[in-house]
Order: sequence, then structure tokens, then C-alpha cells
Amino acid sequence: MTTEVGSESDVKKVPEVQQQTAPASAEPSQEESPSDPEAAASLEPSSPPADGGPKKEKGISRFLPPWLKRQKSQSQDKPGESSAPPKQESVEAVQEEQEEKHGAGAATASTEQTEEEKSIGSADTQPVREEKSEEKEVETKEEEQVIPHEASGLSALKLNKKMKMVVCHVTLLDGSQFSCEVEKRAKGQYLFFQVCEHLNLLEKDYFGLSFKDNAEQRCWLDPTKEIKRQIRNSQWQFAFSVKFYPLDPSQLTEDITRYLLCLQLRQDIASGRLPCSFVTHALLGSYTLQAELGDHDPEEHRLDYISDFQFAPNQTKELEEKVVELHKSHRGMTPAQSDAQFLENAKKLSMYGVDLHHAKDSEGVDIMLGVCANGLLIYKDRLRINRFAWPKILKISYKRSNFYIKIRPGETEQFESTVGFKLPNHRAAKRVWKVCVEHHTFFRLVSPEQPTKTKFLTLGSKFRYSGRTQAQTRQASSLIDRPAPYFQRTSSKRISRSLDGAPVVNVSDYSQAAGAGENGPALELNSDSKSQQVEVVEEPDADAATSISSETAFETDGAGAPERKSKLRVQGENIYVRHSNLMLEDLDKTQEDVLKHQASISELKRSFMEATPDPMPSQWDKRLTGSPATTLRLQAQGSAEVKPEVNGQPEVVEVVEETVVIEEVVKAKPKSPAPEVPATVETECAAEVKEERSLSSDSDSEEEAEYHAQPPTTTTHNNKKKQEPEEEQEAVLIQQAPPSGIESQPITEAAEPAPSAEEEKPAELPEEEVHADEPLATPDEAPNGHALQAKAPPTLRAAPTEEEEPHIVNGSASRVEAEHLPQVICCSEPPVVKTEMVTISDTFAAQKTEISTKEVPIVHTETKTITYEAAQLDGNGDGEPGVLMTAQTITSESLCTTTTTHITKTLKGGLSETRIEKRIVITGDSDIDHDQALAQAIKEAKEQHPDMSVTRVVVHKETELAEDED
Amino acid sequence: MAELMSGFGCFTHAMVRAVPQSLARDALRSGGLEVDLLKVQEEYEEYVSVLKHRLGLEVLELPADEALPDCVFVEDAAVVCGDTALVCRPGAQSRRRETEAVKAALTELGLNIVEMTDESATLEGGDVLFTGREFFVGLSKRTNQRGAEILADTFKDYAVSTVPVQDALHLKSFCSMAGPGLIAIGSSEAAQKALKIMQQMSDHRYDKLTLPDDSAANCIYMNLPSKGDVLLHCTPEEFPESAQVFEKLKDHMLIPVTNQEKAKVDGGLTCCSVLINMKKNI
Repeated sequence: MTTEVGSESDVKKVPEVQQQTAPASAEPSQEESPSDPEAAASLEPSSPPADGGPKKEKGISRFLPPWLKRQKSQSQDKPGESSAPPKQESVEAVQEEQEEKHGAGAATASTEQTEEEKSIGSADTQPVREEKSEEKEVETKEEEQVIPHEASGLSALKLNKKMKMVVCHVTLLDGSQFSCEVEKRAKGQYLFFQVCEHLNLLEKDYFGLSFKDNAEQRCWLDPTKEIKRQIRNSQWQFAFSVKFYPLDPSQLTEDITRYLLCLQLRQDIASGRLPCSFVTHALLGSYTLQAELGDHDPEEHRLDYISDFQFAPNQTKELEEKVVELHKSHRGMTPAQSDAQFLENAKKLSMYGVDLHHAKDSEGVDIMLGVCANGLLIYKDRLRINRFAWPKILKISYKRSNFYIKIRPGETEQFESTVGFKLPNHRAAKRVWKVCVEHHTFFRLVSPEQPTKTKFLTLGSKFRYSGRTQAQTRQASSLIDRPAPYFQRTSSKRISRSLDGAPVVNVSDYSQAAGAGENGPALELNSDSKSQQVEVVEEPDADAATSISSETAFETDGAGAPERKSKLRVQGENIYVRHSNLMLEDLDKTQEDVLKHQASISELKRSFMEATPDPMPSQWDKRLTGSPATTLRLQAQGSAEVKPEVNGQPEVVEVVEETVVIEEVVKAKPKSPAPEVPATVETECAAEVKEERSLSSDSDSEEEAEYHAQPPTTTTHNNKKKQEPEEEQEAVLIQQAPPSGIESQPITEAAEPAPSAEEEKPAELPEEEVHADEPLATPDEAPNGHALQAKAPPTLRAAPTEEEEPHIVNGSASRVEAEHLPQVICCSEPPVVKTEMVTISDTFAAQKTEISTKEVPIVHTETKTITYEAAQLDGNGDGEPGVLMTAQTITSESLCTTTTTHITKTLKGGLSETRIEKRIVITGDSDIDHDQALAQAIKEAKEQHPDMSVTRVVVHKETELAEDED
Repeated sequence: MAELMSGFGCFTHAMVRAVPQSLARDALRSGGLEVDLLKVQEEYEEYVSVLKHRLGLEVLELPADEALPDCVFVEDAAVVCGDTALVCRPGAQSRRRETEAVKAALTELGLNIVEMTDESATLEGGDVLFTGREFFVGLSKRTNQRGAEILADTFKDYAVSTVPVQDALHLKSFCSMAGPGLIAIGSSEAAQKALKIMQQMSDHRYDKLTLPDDSAANCIYMNLPSKGDVLLHCTPEEFPESAQVFEKLKDHMLIPVTNQEKAKVDGGLTCCSVLINMKKNI
């Protein structure tokens, strides 16, 4: 239903667009549906932030990749057009379902592929559009394309006006209810801020909103995501509660914060969540009385005066008497003092701030996983049987219903070990993982991400901890400058008087602690980072173009391809800033996905077989030829060789979901925008079509021409990239891998076309090279024929002359056919080419792990790589070796995203070129809106470098095919 | 102001139990050594004297029971923390009944008594190390997981971590607290291994006092009102090297106490008393 609506709307609003989409329209419903998943994802980005307003949305939409936009427009249109609210809902619901189904995004069916391709074409246009619109050089065709988007924007506006409001009920810590109307698509933070405002709470970073999922499990509302998408079918009922229990409550700045913490702890104690002894119950209860009732008054306070209070799960008369007895001794204490004393005692309880999760160990024994500020605690019954402090943990991940931690080797140990735990279900595993990610970031890191928090951090994965860390919040709250707010204690209506001389926050303290330790806060060392640095030093050569490839190479290096090294000729300074290297990974796959994958496998295999890796020198090859570092080589080598390295530890647990690479190239001197390009582009398209069968965009090719003219900048690079796509992706992934982002694996997946044979390999890869995982994956591909490509690289370089480009859009297959075709990969409209590879592999991940569970089920992994490229103007002479002027790499990480920015400046034939490559790894579960993240990344990239153009976007998506539903 | 977990090492009472004649012949021992009963009694007298006269503790002395040759080692019969006493269930069959008198005495003192009714649980106080912030329970031949669980249930305020004990009778055969946050630990491999585990399991940081001899690492720390930090430790005659290590603790009031003879039946300094703080903490 949804799909139809969407298509209709599209048609209506953008009649012209139809032409482009025409091919797709042939299979309207089906096509749409496939794209829907993405669309759904896109919904988020497009959805106007509660506070943002339509304008904002519009702005964002500009940056959205076309494919995203299109879907978005659909969704938006629906509501706007359908006058009946209920109807809307139903539609949305349908969409969601579809999303979920396709969420994994594995379009196995041929039809689906077609659709995707089509959509790709449209997507491609997007970049073009943007540039055009900006430059005001939009031609008619482009305009047509653009129109749809605008229309969508308009529709969005309308929607906003009519936006449906929903009433949220929030249970506050004092048990009262707070109701708040929010826009249906509001994000979690909107509601959270509303609540905090209501409470007059400034130190809000310790708190959060939770809700109960269908299984009655408590889930934290991700502030960065739409509420609706998180609660699914549950009620709009939330609980405001403490999420991070401050280690030292006396360092909180405001009494009101301490009061709320007290309320939470009283709840925890009364419910038994925070166990304590009789004496402690009595003591804490007495402080509660003092805070709420003031001094004990023998006349007024009979024994029954405390009947309203619950001090313990099983409150006895004896306890109450003890409480009263102690209460008498607190005479003179203010409420704030009483709270402070309460907290001083409560914080010492061993289970203070420990979030418990049921699990089984590798032998099936029931245990509890306790996540706390300092790390992960393992309990058997009430006994602590193990503890893993954050510094000791290299990586945390989950796959299906298993949760894994990779342990840093001890002094006497040589190898890392991985410990696996079995959670009741997939969701539970994800939940633990998430909580770990958040706690690690909050308590262990000084800052969640780069100093420039605004830039890439925004990528929203569910897991990303969007708030401040404890260190940050302490710093922030030390700046709070307001008179202590008055607040009423609900039970007593007692007004709080603030303590004089509220404790001063000692930030330095904390940061020291955080920074202490050799390993520092970084859980996961990125092999990438290391390798990169190393390589840089080794080979100072350089090409701007190369630099990118070189990065890839780094990862691969381990494999031992000398060539790669040569590629890297970074002379400039390499700055590698690593904030936190916690590798967070998770795998999510549904059975449906698996099926889809399987279905598609056959096709993939076929294509692989067909696609013999002919070392065809592509356009860019020519260009590059001169330069020592050829992307192709790098890629090929990297992939092929990487695998061998992997060897070691089968335990791969990590799941990389998505890697987004955005390259921006700015050429200082405008080269001749190769007019030729357009033609080429078209040809390429054809080639692609063949390969993929479904490539749709003939029309696109036309557009391309226009595009080329406008942005002279990118072309060259683009071409290069094109060739690289597959390999590069991998390479990219590799680099990215460290971040652990969601995507590094994608490469692997691609590589693994032959699932059975190499099932284990994938798993292994991840482990060894934390980041290298992806590269490893690549090698897998080789078996299918990719290998050939990989090997070929050298050849390619050697014979730069050949012009055909292997647009490897999809994989090697494309290359073969494309050989004779003109180099340019054209993507439809804009020079954007989308390539997608889906690989499914079975991995016995845990089996090899020593510690981990023996019963670990086979893990099915799906990898999907999508490349969007802007057509490249190949203005440069082929052989011009550029001179690398500077190169620097900056990595920033947030909870769920890792961004690696590689900036190279190259001097080529008098032309100074700056290339920025950003690798963004998003890790998270299926709930993450990858499309949104991608859109956001693109948007941010554009915003950051308005003078540059996005020439290529490579998306690697790796997902776990989970058998358990969820 | 009342506060939990404060006053580590503060004690007002000490419970001890007289030496039965049967000890010389029937007390359990790992070394198979002959024990001079007289010497044991002398050591016991000295021990009690230090507690009572030197330190001013109120010493509660239980009479010996000839049917219980090991009854002098009262530590194994009960774990007291705060105002709660967990009556143990010794792993050694012959010692089970030692708890009866101990329980009665502790009840008399007005402590909250918790008993281990689980027939599958075993726990001896010698395996319980209380650091002031948490418990470590040695899993040994005398103490099992279930026993540790009951301990954890009894003292809910504290983390209770288990530590495998090898090559030693009890956890405290090679370690003990020598001060707040200071763990005295033996040098043997088993001791060092156990320490590592404890450090890993703990959220708190401990300093360590490494002693050349495992047995010397069993010492008694107290924080007494008029005395400050007090440490009862081995004598130079017994463990010269270890005694020298103790002597470096300048801030402690050091009291060497002979334990040579009791050591033959695996008795350490801590084994011979249950220390109790009856002063209202709260």
C-alpha cells in the first residue's frame, strides 16, 4: 500500500521525474518496496526534528542522497496527501513493516536488484543536483530531477503543519506523571528535554528516558532517534530515571540533581534492585525521613508516620523501628544534607549503578552480567566471579544472542582472548552491548568524540551515546550559575534549601582518571591507525589520489604487499587523533534477510564468475599510472593478501555495519571539465546495466553530461574511485575498521561470495586486525574472481593505456563487460554510480574462540556494498603523477560512529588538489537508521566543505543474519 | 555521622577459645608434625594477653571442648561484619560442631545471627578476607561456592568475589589485611596468583605488602581508639625476613606474636580469634 501511495505521489508531484524512474515504474509496487527499506530509513533524516521545523528539514533534504530523498518524499507525501490521520498511521505502519523486512537491505531477488539500481540512478542524481543548484547552472533535465526533491520538501512543510501530535506519559522519579504532547516524529531528546525542563534539571546527562518493549524489557530511549521508531508498538509511556549513576554524587553541582538521584535509589532499594543489608536499609531510610519530614517530632511522628515510606523490599516492623531510631539522630539536618548523606552511603553499596542482565556462560551456567562505571562484572548468583575493567576490554560486540568481549592480553599472555556470553535472545544481547557502549563512553572517556563535536558525531546510531561524558557534564555543571532552584519533595512538600558551598566539581580529577592507564580510554586499538602511521613513515611518496588508496593499503599491508606501501607516499604530516577506540560492533540479521541473501547468492556467484578480473586499465589508471600509487593495485593487493593475515583468531565477533566513505575533492585550478565524460558515462552505464542487469538509468547518463560540466573538480578522482569501488571499499573499510563501525565488515562480506568455503575466515579477520577485519574479508572475495582483480592491480598500473574502465560498480563482473566501454561510469544523472554487492557468509565465529561458547551457532553474515560515485571528469593527463604536498588523517569517534578524515593535498601539473576522504563507520543494530546516518554524513561533509564536491559515496553494510527473530 | 563501611579495623571485642588437650593429637594438620601442647597453650596465653591487656579489647573466652580438637581456631566458625554474624559450616566434618558454642556466644553479644542451613554449603572463616570495602572468599577444600553465596546473601552491602585457593588450606593462609587498603601477601606462586585475581576482581585499589613467607602474611590489623594502627604479626624468630618487612611499617604499632607451634596445625594468627566491633557504628 505504501509503495503505491509513494509512487503516486511521486508521479503527481514530479511528472517529469517519471521519465527517469520510468523503468522502475514498470514494476511499481515491487520496485518501490525494495527501496522502501531505505526509504524508511530515510524517513528519519527527513523527519523534521521536533524543534527543528520544516526549514531545517528542507535543509537536510538538500543533502540527502537522491535515493534517500525519493523515499522520503514518498513518506512525506503520504501523510500530507492522505487527509485521514488514521490512514496515515496505517500507511506508516506498513512502511515500517516493510522497513523492518528490508531493513537489512538485502535485495536478493532480481527484481529487487533492479529496483535498487533504479533507485540508485535516482540517487546518483542527487549529488549532481546539489552542485547544480548551488551553482545555479541547473539545466532543464536536472531541474526536473530537482523538482521532485523540492516537492518533497514542500510536502514536508505541509506535513509539519498538520503534524500529528502524540501525548507522551512520563513517569517521574517521584511517581508522578508528566504528560507532554510531542510531534509524532519527534526524537527522543525532544521529550527528554521537555521533561528536564519540567523538572528544572540542568545536570541531565545522568538521566534518561526508558520504556518497556513488548517483552517488558526496559529500553533506553535514544535521544537522537525518533521516538516512534523506537517504541514500535508499545505505548507512549516512559519513565524518567537515572541512566548513569555518578560515582561520587557529592560532585554533583545541584541539590536538585542529588534529590533526583536519591529518588531513583530509593526506588532501586525498595524494588530490591539495589540490595543492601538491614542496617543499610535502616540508615538510608532514616535519611529519607529526615529529608522528607525534617527532624523527628515525638509528638507528631508516631510509628505510623513512616507507613507511607518503603525502605526495603520486605519492610518489617523491626526495620521501621530502626529507621525511626536513626531518624532521631539526624536532628538538624537539612533535606539537602540528608540527601547527601543518603548518597554517601548508597554509593558504597556494591551494586550501586550496576545494570544487571541475565546471561549464560560458555558452559550454559546462569550468570549475570553487570555493567557499571568501571567495566563489566560477572556474577553467579550473588557472587562476583569475574570482572573486566574497561581498560582490560579491547572490544565488545554481539552477534545474534551472543555477547562477546575481547580481552587485552595480560602481562604473561601473548594473545587476546574473547569471552562469549549467551543472552536469552538477540535483543537482550543488543541491549547489553548498548549499555556497555554507553557506560564506557560516559565514564571512561573524556569526550565522546572529537572536540568538534558537532560535526560528525551527529550520526545517529541507536547506540551512539549522544550526550556528554561524565567528565564533560561535570565540567559543564561546574559552570552552572543559578540560584539553587527550589523544588518540592513530593511526599512532604518540603522545600529544599540548598547546602552552602555546594561541592565544587573537580574536573581535573576525573579527566586524569579517565586518561590514566597506558591504554587509555580506548578499548579498541585500531590496527588501522597504527598501520597508517607506520606506513606513512615508511613511504613518503605521494599522490593525492594515491593517498586514499594508500590508506587502504595500510590495512592490507599486513598481508604483505610491498606495493601498497609504495603507494603511500605521504610526506606531509600525518596526524592521527584517536579519541576512543572502543570497537563496538553488533550484528543484526533477520531470518528474512538471510533468505534473501541466500536467494541472491546464486546471482552473485554468477556475476562473480562472469566478472573475470581482467586487469583493464581504466581511465584513472592511466592517470594514475604515472603515480606510484594506484588505487587498483592497492585494492587488489589489499584484498587478496589480507586474508592470509587474518589467520589467527576465529573469534570474530564484531559486526561492522556500515561504512560510509565520502570523498571530497577540490581542485584549486579548474581543469577542463572534460566534456567527453558524458559520453563515456553513458557507455559505462550500459556496461553496468549488463552487469547488474538492472541498472536502470539510461536517462541518467544524459544528465551526467551536464553534471560534468559543472563540477570540474571531482571527476578525476571519481574515476579513480570508481575502479576502486569494490576494492576500495574494502580498503576503506579497513581503514575504517578500527572505528569498528558498522561497516568495515561489508568488505568482507563482499569478499565472501563463497560462503561455505570461507565461512570461518570472515570471522577470523575481524579479530586480528581490529579494523583489518574488513580487509580480510576482501580476500575472501578473491576466490570468486575478485581475487584476480586483486592480483591484477599491478598489471593495471603497468598498462594504464587501456581506457576501458572497469567500473566495478558491482563487482568484478561489471568490469569484464565494461572493458570496451568507455571508461566513465556514469551514473544516471549525475555522475553518480551506485554499486551494490551483497555477500552472505556463514561464519562459525565463536567456535574457534577458546573461551567463547562452544555452541555458538553459525553466524550468517551479509555484506552489502553500495557505491555512489559522481562521474569523474578526467581532465588530468593520465600519467601525471601528483606530488603530495600534505596529508593528514584525523579520526574521531563517537559511540557508534567513527569518522576518519584523510586530507591530502596534491600538486599535479600545477594544479593543486585537495582531497578529503572521510570514512565513517557506524556501528549499531538494525534499529540504526543507516540511511539517516549516511545522509547526515553527507550533509555534514558538504557543510564543512562547501567549496568541495562529493564525488563518491561508498556504503558498506554488513549485517548478521540472525536466526532468532527480532 | 553514621556511615557505612567506615572504621575498618575498629574492634571492641575478641572471641577466643581455649586449647583442648586433644589438639596435640587430633587436630587436623597438613604437615603431620608433632605438636607440643604446652607450647601451644603458651602461645595462646600470650595471644589472649596481647588482646586483653596490651590492646584493651574485651576478650570473650570460650571453654575448650575436648571433642573438638581444632576448636581453638574460632575464626573458622563465624564471620562477623558490622552487627551481623554469619555462623559458618566448616568444610571439615570434625569441626562442624565448633559453631554451636560460637553461635551461642555471638547471640549473647546481641549480634544478628545468620546460619547456614544449606547442607551443601561449606564455609570456613579462614577463607574469608574482608578488606573493609568488600569480601574475597577463597574457594578451597573447606569452602565451596554455595558457602560463598550465602556469605554474599548475608552481607548484601558488599561485593563478594571468589578466589580459587590452591596449595594452601585457606585463603588467609597466605594473605590478610595489614591496614586499610593494604593487603599482606605471601611470595609463593599460589599467593601471588590469588592476589592478581583479587586485584582484577576489585573495583578498589589495594596496596600490597609482600612477605617472603606465606605464613607470615597472616597478620592481624586493628585500628583502636587509643592505639591507632595496630598490627599483630610474626616474630623474627619464626620468619626473620618477613619480620623485617613488617618492621618497615613505621606508622603501625607492631606487636610480634609467637605462632610457631600453632602453625604446625595450620593455625595462623587470625585463626585464633573472632574480632567484633560492638560500638554502635550507626
